[in-house]
Amino acid sequence: MTGLSIQNLSMRFELPNGGAVQALQDVSLDLKEGELLSVLGPSGCGKTTLLNIVAGFLAPTEGKLIMNGHEVHGPDAERGMVFQQGALFEWMSVRENVAFGPSMKGMPKGEKAEIVDHLLDVVGLQDFKEKAIYELSGGMQQRVALARCLANDPDVILMDEPLGALDALTREKMQSLVLKLWKETGKTIILITHSVEEALLLGERLIVMAPRPGRIHTEYRLPFAELGVGADLREVKKHPDFGPKREEILSMIWDMEEEIMGRTEDAA
Amino acid sequence: MIPLLIYIAIFIAAFFIVTKVVQKAVPADYTSLKTVTFGDESAVRPNRAAGIISILTIFLMWGIFTGSNLLPGFLHAPGPFEGTTTFTYTAEANGETDDAEVTVIVHPREVETNTPEVDPGDGFAKNDGAKVAQWRTGLINVDRNDDLTKSDGAQVVAINGEAIAPGETVYIDGGSVTLSDKGTPNFEPTRGWQMEPLYLPAPEEVWTRTITIASEGFRNFTLVEHLGYSLFRVIVGFLIGALVGIPLGYAMGLSNWFRGWFDPIVEFMRPVPPLALIPLVIIWAGIGETGKIILLFLAALWIMAIAARAGVSGVKISKVHAAYSLGASKWQIMRHVIIPNSLPEIFTGARVAMGVCWGTVVAAELVAAEQGAGMMIMTASKFQNTDIVIMGIILIGVIGFGIDMLMRWAERILVPWKGKG
Ligand SMILES: Nc1ncnc2c1ncn2[C@@H]1O[C@H](COP(=O)(O)OP(=O)(O)OP(=O)(O)O)[C@@H](O)[C@H]1O
Ligand SMILES: [Mg+2]
Repeated sequence: MTGLSIQNLSMRFELPNGGAVQALQDVSLDLKEGELLSVLGPSGCGKTTLLNIVAGFLAPTEGKLIMNGHEVHGPDAERGMVFQQGALFEWMSVRENVAFGPSMKGMPKGEKAEIVDHLLDVVGLQDFKEKAIYELSGGMQQRVALARCLANDPDVILMDEPLGALDALTREKMQSLVLKLWKETGKTIILITHSVEEALLLGERLIVMAPRPGRIHTEYRLPFAELGVGADLREVKKHPDFGPKREEILSMIWDMEEEIMGRTEDAA
Repeated sequence: MIPLLIYIAIFIAAFFIVTKVVQKAVPADYTSLKTVTFGDESAVRPNRAAGIISILTIFLMWGIFTGSNLLPGFLHAPGPFEGTTTFTYTAEANGETDDAEVTVIVHPREVETNTPEVDPGDGFAKNDGAKVAQWRTGLINVDRNDDLTKSDGAQVVAINGEAIAPGETVYIDGGSVTLSDKGTPNFEPTRGWQMEPLYLPAPEEVWTRTITIASEGFRNFTLVEHLGYSLFRVIVGFLIGALVGIPLGYAMGLSNWFRGWFDPIVEFMRPVPPLALIPLVIIWAGIGETGKIILLFLAALWIMAIAARAGVSGVKISKVHAAYSLGASKWQIMRHVIIPNSLPEIFTGARVAMGVCWGTVVAAELVAAEQGAGMMIMTASKFQNTDIVIMGIILIGVIGFGIDMLMRWAERILVPWKGKG
């Protein structure tokens, strides 16, 4: 049985002052191999917590996680992660960063070099192979992070706002790149974003989460990711369904935010 | 006071000459293209000219106030009086007065001179001769050769015709005469504005002394040996300290138990200045090499442990997470993430530790040592060899500065990513 099954996950953070935060409540989700899922939700609704549990960095207080038929108990190379920024190793060159996973596995040099070269071609950084990380722009660094993750050939790629720190133009190019990689590699991808447009473009499936307690609010199946592969994303945004969907989701999230604000005002 | 005023004057004059006159002529560099430079720390670069002038000024001041012969004579501050001067004193006894002349030779301290022979002259007060070294004072028992002495009731009532009483002063050519409580004239030659060589020798004297000591040695050891011993102690002490401190710091950064066990010790030892340990170390290990190395080991140990601990604690959790997701084992994370990530902190710690060790070794050698930079200046000071003391201080400064430059250079080469994470 391949794929990822998230079963009744709950996560409670006990606070030092005696209180507790229910970051996730009874979240269930099944992902087939090769699915592209985007996750939206107001700030603090537990998106990062969910991703960290899937990655194995956090153990849920309740529920479990089944990956390819076995239960997940910690981080593993089968679940790769792309962070927002600052997770590259600045003491290594671009090449060494990309080669990190294979090196840890003890892969032979020749094979490793082949993988690294191929991936640097894919993300368009062949010329920057021997450069230091801090000599690269933010967009280039994210491409290195993507390549580093892919070099390890994980089954699932988890991304927590990977494009959040990029400018609009670079971001659009990176979105196309993500779609291309998804199609070419057939990986299962979970992508967290704050941008509704990005979530629509980069999600075959899209879930909107609601806060307090964090839970899945609505789920959509969308055609835009398929349409966007190899196409101009600005054309996709002109699709007759795109605008209405965006407005629908925006107002949904807007309502949640309002509710949170209202509640904190009541509390105050 | 006057040196300070001269210094400030040079500072201001150089500022106006360099910035308003010279730099007007040179094309502007890119910092001057900024419209906002005041308050922008990155726009503040040390002015090269200012640096050079600053150093020259120190030597200039040093030369001016020591009468250095590296400087043309007109730049010297007025020197102390040297040569022969005379004054007359008026003695009074039994209602009679008589004048006599005193001839005083003022000579440099290191030059031996004879008391001048003088013709006694007439009257009951006889002429006298005396010698006084520069920067010293001399009581002149003028009545000693007189017909009527103090015991006969004679007393000095005037100098150069000016009335004087015990405790009062009369200024004469080349100095001043003060009457002591017992009525004896005390001659003080003019000091001028220069420093006495005993307190501050001229730069060239320090330089020639450096050459002599470099070739002949000092107290059974050559100059290089003295400095070499100090450096050797620092390096050995620091290396052992780092060898123990870094793993200790890592353990403290990675394990609750180690953190709990060593935190109280490290936090207690950190604020204890290594100098305060010198007496205990001498009691335990004596004044030999062992004691010094133990002291420097202790000086470096806590600094390095704290630096390594900070290096480990400073690792971004996302880097560790990324490494785990890429399939790294604990040991691989240690080797490829935690250690490289901590290197910049460790280098900073090493720079601090080397500085502290260098200071501590000199202090320890001041207290007790057979050889070393500190011992050299301490021994020299006991024999008032100020030139050696100054030479030693300059060399200690230069070496300390050299160590720091070396560490910075190593840092640039070995951890180029420092501060760029
Ligand atoms: N280690 C922790 N200890 C205590 N509370 C935590 C911890 N991590 C997260 N939380 C709480 O859990 C809730 C969900 O946090 P999470 O970071 O998952 O939100 P998010 O949806 O990723 O938000 P954002 O969009 O701002 O990144 C928040 O209320 C947060 O305060
Ligand atoms: Mg988050």
